[in-house]
Amino acid sequence: MRQTLAVTALNIKSIPQRLGMSLATVMSVALVVAVMLGFMALTNGFAATLNNAGSEDVAIILRAGSQAELNSGLSRDDVVLIETAPGIVRDAEDRPVSSAELYVVVDGIKRSSQTEANLPLRGVEEGAERLRQGFTLVEGRMFAPGAAELIVGEGVGREFQGFDVGSTIRLGSNVWTIVGKFSTGGTVFDSELWTEAGVLQNLYQRGASYQSVRVKLDGPEGLSQLQDYAENEPRLSLDIITEKQYFADQAVGMTRLISAGVALAYIMAIGALAGAWNTMYSSVDARVHEIATLRAIGFSGGSAFIGTMLESLMLAAIGGLVGAIAVYVIFDGMSASTLGGGFTQVVFSLSLTPSSIISGMILAIFVGLFGGLVPSIRAATVPLLQVHR
Amino acid sequence: MNLYTLRDLSKRYSRGGEAVTIFEGLNMQIAQGDFIAIMGPSGSGKTTLLNMLGGIDRPSSGTIECQGERIDNLSEARLSKWRAAHVGFIFQFYNLMPTLNAAQNVELPLLLTKLSPKQRKEHIATALDIVGISDRAKHYPRQLSGGQQQRVAIARAIVSDPKVLLCDEPTGDLDRVSADSVLEMLQLLNSKLNKTIIMVTHDPAAAKYARRELRLDKGRFIEQESAQ
Repeated sequence: MRQTLAVTALNIKSIPQRLGMSLATVMSVALVVAVMLGFMALTNGFAATLNNAGSEDVAIILRAGSQAELNSGLSRDDVVLIETAPGIVRDAEDRPVSSAELYVVVDGIKRSSQTEANLPLRGVEEGAERLRQGFTLVEGRMFAPGAAELIVGEGVGREFQGFDVGSTIRLGSNVWTIVGKFSTGGTVFDSELWTEAGVLQNLYQRGASYQSVRVKLDGPEGLSQLQDYAENEPRLSLDIITEKQYFADQAVGMTRLISAGVALAYIMAIGALAGAWNTMYSSVDARVHEIATLRAIGFSGGSAFIGTMLESLMLAAIGGLVGAIAVYVIFDGMSASTLGGGFTQVVFSLSLTPSSIISGMILAIFVGLFGGLVPSIRAATVPLLQVHR
Repeated sequence: MNLYTLRDLSKRYSRGGEAVTIFEGLNMQIAQGDFIAIMGPSGSGKTTLLNMLGGIDRPSSGTIECQGERIDNLSEARLSKWRAAHVGFIFQFYNLMPTLNAAQNVELPLLLTKLSPKQRKEHIATALDIVGISDRAKHYPRQLSGGQQQRVAIARAIVSDPKVLLCDEPTGDLDRVSADSVLEMLQLLNSKLNKTIIMVTHDPAAAKYARRELRLDKGRFIEQESAQ
């Protein structure tokens, strides 16, 4: 143990003699880990935003085969039939807890790039907020019925300009007054603008059409009761799933795309591994004489192996930490937006989880371990006769 | 009493597909407390012989015994332990660790023992005192002259109290004054501490400090009495 520590200490003390190369290894591992963790933070944040949005006890009802709200279309008659269905919670006045909704895509200007990006403008019915878990009006008030007023999600206010409470904004040919700001705790709804469904139908000439109906399900059997009803009602042709399932399906494609970035990090890791190998090989090469001297004095080959391996692991671990800290400082909690389901921007916060950091460090250690393996074997088998070199 | 017994020792190696014999059928005994200077022309096998005595090279055939124990057939691991316990090396270019100061360099062999940090410190102080370089304990090799570096190397070689010191051209990189000082030091270690010293040298003046000189030529020893 003592001799291993001594050899390791010698290796570490000699790093300044190979500072450039050691730094290059640290930075290459840091870059790999940063890329990996950056993509993981994106994936985590995006998935969390979409996954958190859905509720198990809220069903979303679309026209059969439409897959997303943007492609769906429901008539007023459809909505009336749906609202009479079993499996839906009813309030004290025996009205269904539901919201028939439609949405259109409008342009917003992103604060970060000053470029236009799509935003969903959703028309909702009274009580829509009861169908969104964690809904809070954080500033201002709700829109007034019949008025061209908007409440905006927190994410929109953060990422897009011109949506401050009290201001007016022109969206297309219409001018809207922003009267409130709401939060749903960072879910996808925070990326939306809301107004009354009737106002949206009028201003966008949608007649009496909707795109989705959200309903509060009456217990665990609510969904199947609703589905059975729709199947047996010949006037309806609907897809009915829980909201959670809906957003999970929406998230899959994008999460898969972002996950490809993690694969890129693994490919980069092979490059970093070659870098670590090269550095450690140079390290051993530069110290062949010292290693042989230690061996001649009586130090074992095992201590030379472990000492070299520990140096490699240490450089890689420092690189991993640098990468993780950089990603944490720069990206964790950073607000970003990207194209989500329905061709609209989903605003989400990048999230670096402890498990992601552990994954990054495991990757770094892997690079150090395999990058240091052959050089360590070389250190352990340095010919003793090199002592006279 | 014999420290080393070499029997029918041969060393051959292949160079460019051609077999080269360094020496063949070498027999030799080295007594405990001896101070031998091995001389001879380049390529005569002086350093090869020294390496085999120190267990950092193996003979092609024949046996080497040290205090009755064969060392030519020990495993690498056992040979490492044997070297740590019995041999101190002194090299022409000192072979000090550039990132360690003098005291830390001297401490290296002690890290292979079970001595406590306090005991190690005492041993280091004694060794540095013997070679007269206590005031340079915190100096790094680059801050020391050649002669001082070789003294540190000698301190490192004796700190774990080995029976034998194997010296490969210990004054080959030193000026005459420093060389004489180092050689006097070796003489002192031999006479006062009874260290067995085997020194390879090209320098006849250095060889004069030994009790006896051996000339290795064409694979055979020719003994000459030293002037000492």
